[in-house]
Amino acid sequence: MQAPTLDRSPDTAETTRKLRVATASLSGCFGCHMSLLDIDARITELVKLVEFDRSPITDIKTCGPCDIGLVEGAVANSENVHVLRELRANCQILIALGACAVNGGLPAQRNHLDVGEMLEDVYRDIDEGLPCVPDDPELPLLLDRVRPVNEVVRVDYFIPGCPPSGDTLWKYLTDLIGGRMPRLDYDLFRYD
Amino acid sequence: MFAASLETASEPRKLRRVAIDPVTRVEGHGKVTILLDEANKVHQVRLHIVEVRGFEKFIEGRPYWEVPVSVQRLCGICPVSHHLAAAKAMDQIAGYDLLTPTAEKLRRLMHYGQMVQSHAVHFYHLASPDLLLGFDSEPTRRNIVGVLEDFPQIATEGVLVRRFGQEVIRATAGKRVHGTGAVPGGMNKALSRDDREMLRADVDQVIDWTVGAIRMVERLHETKPAFYNHFGEVAGNMLGLVNASGAADYYNGTLRARDAAGTIIFDRVKDASYRDVLEEEVKSWSYMKFPHIKAIGSEEGWYRVGPLARIQVCDLLTSERAEAERQRLLAVGGGKPLHGTLFYHWARLVELLHAAELIRNLLDDPTICATDLMADKGERRFHAVGVIEAPRGTLFHEYKVGEDDLVTYCNLIVSTTNNNQAMNEAIRKVAVQYLDGHEITEPLLNHIEVAIRAYDPCLSCATHALGLMPLQVELVDADGIVLSDVRRGMDGGVSCSVPG
Ligand code: SF4
Repeated sequence: MQAPTLDRSPDTAETTRKLRVATASLSGCFGCHMSLLDIDARITELVKLVEFDRSPITDIKTCGPCDIGLVEGAVANSENVHVLRELRANCQILIALGACAVNGGLPAQRNHLDVGEMLEDVYRDIDEGLPCVPDDPELPLLLDRVRPVNEVVRVDYFIPGCPPSGDTLWKYLTDLIGGRMPRLDYDLFRYD
Repeated sequence: MFAASLETASEPRKLRRVAIDPVTRVEGHGKVTILLDEANKVHQVRLHIVEVRGFEKFIEGRPYWEVPVSVQRLCGICPVSHHLAAAKAMDQIAGYDLLTPTAEKLRRLMHYGQMVQSHAVHFYHLASPDLLLGFDSEPTRRNIVGVLEDFPQIATEGVLVRRFGQEVIRATAGKRVHGTGAVPGGMNKALSRDDREMLRADVDQVIDWTVGAIRMVERLHETKPAFYNHFGEVAGNMLGLVNASGAADYYNGTLRARDAAGTIIFDRVKDASYRDVLEEEVKSWSYMKFPHIKAIGSEEGWYRVGPLARIQVCDLLTSERAEAERQRLLAVGGGKPLHGTLFYHWARLVELLHAAELIRNLLDDPTICATDLMADKGERRFHAVGVIEAPRGTLFHEYKVGEDDLVTYCNLIVSTTNNNQAMNEAIRKVAVQYLDGHEITEPLLNHIEVAIRAYDPCLSCATHALGLMPLQVELVDADGIVLSDVRRGMDGGVSCSVPG
């Protein structure tokens, strides 16, 4: 199957319109978002090409129709599922950003543990000996296992790395925005 | 204290709920709920940390040498802080008492680079839109892009100051986010001469820009002094690390706490003894625990950490320009400690300046590129505590490691957890000051977020623990008939019903 590129009809206002980009952090560490900021001064070029929709760095709290969605972090609770589905439903192209989104990453290290037992351990008051586990309805329900995003929604592109570097994201996004099939050379991949 | 009365409403079911979900322009996941009555009187305000990840548990069973690299994945904004707090603990576990002079200098360099980048990303990218564009400006423009459009000079300086901090980290840790520089007993990489020259060439400019930013915040303050002094102002205790002469020390030191009037509560407490002076409490409505000073108790014993606490806990900053700026800021209080939430920004920039000056001093150190990176090994230990001043405040890592080198126990009190009650107190104060009795609008809700942002919370960090009890358990028999039904209500109470 061919991975999608952005569909922008030529010779209309479409080609000059700024693309809308949404970003979300699920169960991640924000490091992938930091890498996005690691494009440094190129951010001034980026904002000539795109405008941001829902993102932790804007005050837009729910996602509207977008061209590109970038998602960092794995799926660990019911709220992550909700945010991810909203992103998928609104974004023409959805990109899984970084190890957590691509394959669960470090958060998935909890998968061999029983959720209930772990929580009792962590919230056990050392002196009292009785666990007091936070359980308010305002807190989203935890999933029994941490999942990569593609186990919950369809994903168009995966960018591995923890995190992928700023240069990697710059190359990827400028390719995509320019209507090209994104290509990353070997030196832009980084596994560790 | 009046604000504490807003923690729990007496009859939550009769009230209207307004939520800020998610809290934006902060790191990680949090939401605020506010319960109001028909006259818009505020009855309850809570900052909930809604995510849990379980680091403390899944670190168990991992080899100790892996921990400094893995735990930094708690947070991509301040990974170096976790990296170094864990490394400090693992130095002791592996039997290294004293690092070589170069290794300690390189770790400090990395740490100060972290301080610069984290404070810069917070001030310029996350908080400045409120300060420069206005708390009640158009929400779709209230972000770094809006600042780039309206104040391109300041935004560009911010991007470059942050870049400088990230480059210091890259030069010492190998990459900008989640590097590997520190290993138990020292460092795995010397600073290259090229990197040193490159950083040295930029540092003076970074220092000048930072002083410019401090002046800007000072001018903002002068436009509405009463507003800036009292926005979200709640008197509280303060905690931080200081060295033997009472100067702030971000990498090493002993714990000192002062009360709201500035009187010392405890001093020279060794980091390994933190449990003698602090304890944690759990509340049903947040995954983030609530630490407090043991001797005072959970009601009044909460404290602040981070820039505003640190600059007032210490007796001085060791770098010249930053100390002069600290004095200018403290002068605003006329001899009394500052407790206004918005002073955090000013204090943060003073610290950014301090960190940049410390970086310059280290780069000028003739031995900074030396290669004595690993210490001599002594006696292996099985229990250790590593404490450090992360950008957001004091950070505690405690580990036990077995004979087989595998971690058997881990406890983390991250900076933002230390500020948990302080943030809740601040938003309750803001709710009383600005929301009470008014029709709730987006700008008013943003006032609440402004107070949270001032603390620069790192909610990913604060979500290290794991778990959630089912909210409702139904016992259903083979025919689908409900045999019993256990629920947990808003008040945390458990009800059990057995139909028929
Ligand atoms: S992939 Fe790495 S950098 Fe990205 S969110 Fe996960 S832990 Fe953080």
